[in-house]
Amino acid sequence: MAQVTLRKIVKEYEGGVQAVKGIDLDIADHEFVVLVGPSGCGKSTTLRMIAGLEEITSGDIAIGGALVNDIPPRDRDIAMVFQNYALYPHMTVYDNMAFGLMLRKFDKGEIRRRVENAARILDIGMLLDRKPKALSGGQRQRVAMGRAIVRDPKVFLFDEPLSNLDAKLRVQMRTEIKKVHQTVKTTTVYVTHDQIEAMTLADRVVVMNHGVIEQVGPPQELYHHPATKFVAGFIGSPAMNFIPVRLEQGGAALNLELPGGIVLPVPADRTRRYTPHIGRELLFGLRPEHLTEVRPNDHRENMAVFEAVPEVVEPMGMETLLHFWMEGAEICARIDPATPAEPGRGLPLAADMNQMHLIDPKTDRVL
Amino acid sequence: MSATTATVGGGIARKVGSLHRERRWALVTAYISLVFSAIIMLAPPFYMLITSLKTSAEIADQKGNPWIVRNPTLMNYWELMTDKLFQGFFINSVIVTVIVVVLTMVISVLAAFALARMRFFGSQVLATGVFLTYLVPDTLLFIPLYQIVGGLGLLNSIWGLVLVYPTLTVPFCTWIMIGYFASIPKELDEAALIDGANWMQMLTKIFIPVALPGIIAATIFAFTVSWAAFVYPTAFVTTPDQMPLTIGVVSQLVRGDTFAWGQIMAGALLAALPPVIVYAFLMDYYIAGLTAGATKG
Amino acid sequence: MAADGTLAAGAPRTAGHGRATTLERFARRRSTIAFMMTLPLILVVAGLVAYPAGYGMYLSTLNRRMTENIGFGNFEILFDSDTFWNVAWQSCIFAITAVVLKALIGFWLAHMLHDIPAKGQRKWRGMLLIPWVIPPALSTLGWWWMFDPSYGSINWLFSVVGGPQIPWLGEPWWARASIIIVNVWYGAPFFMIMYLAALKSVPDQLYEAAAIDGATGLQRLRYVTLPMMANIISITVLFSLIVTFANYDIVRVLTNGGPRDLTHVFASYAFQVGILSGNIPRGAAVSLFMFPILAICAFFVLRGVTRRNKEQM
Repeated sequence: MAQVTLRKIVKEYEGGVQAVKGIDLDIADHEFVVLVGPSGCGKSTTLRMIAGLEEITSGDIAIGGALVNDIPPRDRDIAMVFQNYALYPHMTVYDNMAFGLMLRKFDKGEIRRRVENAARILDIGMLLDRKPKALSGGQRQRVAMGRAIVRDPKVFLFDEPLSNLDAKLRVQMRTEIKKVHQTVKTTTVYVTHDQIEAMTLADRVVVMNHGVIEQVGPPQELYHHPATKFVAGFIGSPAMNFIPVRLEQGGAALNLELPGGIVLPVPADRTRRYTPHIGRELLFGLRPEHLTEVRPNDHRENMAVFEAVPEVVEPMGMETLLHFWMEGAEICARIDPATPAEPGRGLPLAADMNQMHLIDPKTDRVL
Repeated sequence: MSATTATVGGGIARKVGSLHRERRWALVTAYISLVFSAIIMLAPPFYMLITSLKTSAEIADQKGNPWIVRNPTLMNYWELMTDKLFQGFFINSVIVTVIVVVLTMVISVLAAFALARMRFFGSQVLATGVFLTYLVPDTLLFIPLYQIVGGLGLLNSIWGLVLVYPTLTVPFCTWIMIGYFASIPKELDEAALIDGANWMQMLTKIFIPVALPGIIAATIFAFTVSWAAFVYPTAFVTTPDQMPLTIGVVSQLVRGDTFAWGQIMAGALLAALPPVIVYAFLMDYYIAGLTAGATKG
Repeated sequence: MAADGTLAAGAPRTAGHGRATTLERFARRRSTIAFMMTLPLILVVAGLVAYPAGYGMYLSTLNRRMTENIGFGNFEILFDSDTFWNVAWQSCIFAITAVVLKALIGFWLAHMLHDIPAKGQRKWRGMLLIPWVIPPALSTLGWWWMFDPSYGSINWLFSVVGGPQIPWLGEPWWARASIIIVNVWYGAPFFMIMYLAALKSVPDQLYEAAAIDGATGLQRLRYVTLPMMANIISITVLFSLIVTFANYDIVRVLTNGGPRDLTHVFASYAFQVGILSGNIPRGAAVSLFMFPILAICAFFVLRGVTRRNKEQM
């Protein structure tokens, strides 16, 4: 019984700056929800309001069905993992994990049982007598998680817990967090600015920007059906290409007229959806992975071929990234490393129009 | 080919040589300066020690080198330590200092915690005010304080000193404790808050242990300042049995025209011993406290 | 959906009486605790600093028996007295000379300490700070004995190398110099420690970058060290100016104002007039003269410290 519910949450700082502008969110029991967005988007503030570390200006927060607006953090039955771990430097690992239980007057045996259990889950049994100073970054991260686990709270809150780790360890700890969640199944709210972390960890991702929720959904849905230009550009790496186009009628079908005279046909199944917008200036969105080299024997439908002259070629090993400019818009394509490509020499590229998006530049919504 | 290598090699060797010489000169200058200044810095206490080991006869003897002692004796120390009056000075100093240090630390740790973490109306003004009072020297206010202490009937009493010494210690200790507390990451108290600690538990279980070096530094400061205080006891205490060591040694051992120099020096050294011992064992904390005022808070 | 339901059920309950008042109570509780925690401090500052300061000003306007308010009478009498002007003059000479010397010597020693291998620094630093650790009233006793005209060990050293015999405390200018010497001896180590800490906070890369840019040792001092230390130097100098200007211990023990009241500084003169001669109001007036100068120094110290904190944020 630990859903988390946010209703019209507003956070306004002194001077009238709104960090969070009235968000609604329902998090189900056992769910792993990731709040993601650029810095300053209000995701951390939202998390801290759930924790009770920030007062809410207006709205309601409920944890496990009980309204917690005015309840201090210690009585909300939550546990939090901080970006810099916030381990008590003067306590051993054991005491760090036991502290919260001790303050809640658990008996010694129960504390020991819980700490040892958490230590087993996180594989830090041999570190219990050490002080945080003597631990590596990854170990501190585990202890911080252990401190959360021993409490067996209704909700775990993670505030950018991996951003202080190096790239390799981050991937490893990401897996670890997922594993722990699968073991303990506690409702989790996780904040990060890293969309890959969000995609890999979340049952549902909440994309935030400028204090509002742009879109909520499972990772695949955000990837394939972004609701707004922001989400389309934020999810996926390298980011989606945006090219200004004009939507025109071309016989029975619709065409996109790109700058430089390129015309790309719109798949037939989209005709009905896009017809109201004929004649408008729109933004054409296409991910780099859907803009590839022309493959022989490619029988997929709706592949549009055009010629481009790359200015920068970046071999990545498993793929090669091409960058070229089209009337001021930088376009990135992902091609097979076996395809010969060099800066300044044109080559044909195939756009998978089944994966296209059209965005209304006035509302920034995906059509 | 081989010729060029040789010249390059030679050039490198020459350059290393000159750098080496430059560095050595800097070192020699440094050591000469340090030895010279160490001699000057240590000469007075050394001479005090020498004098304190001499008999009155040897001190009165004007022939020969006064910097050496021919017939060392501990007589001066023995006489002082068995002297009721001097024992009284020592006890007074200990009582006043211990009470003042405890009071100071309680007052300043509580206040610093509130000022560093619990923003409230006027907290910023108060923090600045604390620093300003630290800059008020004792000689500015000792006359009105003389009247106030007199009005309370505490002149010629160590309790008068206990009352006024906190003006010397509390502002600085509060100021550096604010600095130490402010340097504790905010997430630590948030973690404690979530772990279920209340304000008092946060202070005693997290802040005080984490800021322990700062607390030691502040305690040492409070100790040395109360031990060495001179203006207030000189002004407020004229009866010997209530005097602490500083003024006791200066006023009671220096009587009339015949100075018992050996005893005066022994008394001064004995009185200076406690802060010197604290310094010797806790030098790093002592220095951290000294430099904290300008760099922290 | 389930969450919705519970929330809807819960909302009226809290909206009715709980919310605003609980929040208010929480805020009130927190600031009440904070106030209680700072109360002892406020009492010390208000009762033992602010009140005496105001009371001192009031005292300075009374007549000797404190029966009558004579306005600026005490100040007028002081302005007419040569001794007072001597005191003012001596205080300024003493404070400025001593602080300049302390700052220069401290700066030099800090550099010398910084130059030797880190291993030995602790030992030397420990030795050189000894004068600062001994209560000054007591170490001044030692100096007094060293300055003694007939048994003085300094004059003995001079006689060994064939130097002159100096009437250290007997002649006004030598007495002034003696006071300065003792104060510099006592205070220079403090400057050394402060400057050493500041030197150590200058990142080594800056010096390396300057060296690669072709700066000589002196240029490094001029363009890297001094700008990086400017703030701490000014804070220390101003702070020391306050303390030195208001010094009492050394004058009291070494000369007690003599010869012929020519080495009195404000503090010792105020003590003499106010406590020893029993003219409390005039003594208060004398010490109040320190206030403007101290206030100016304090203002700049505070500004320096605030600026330094901002830099470190």
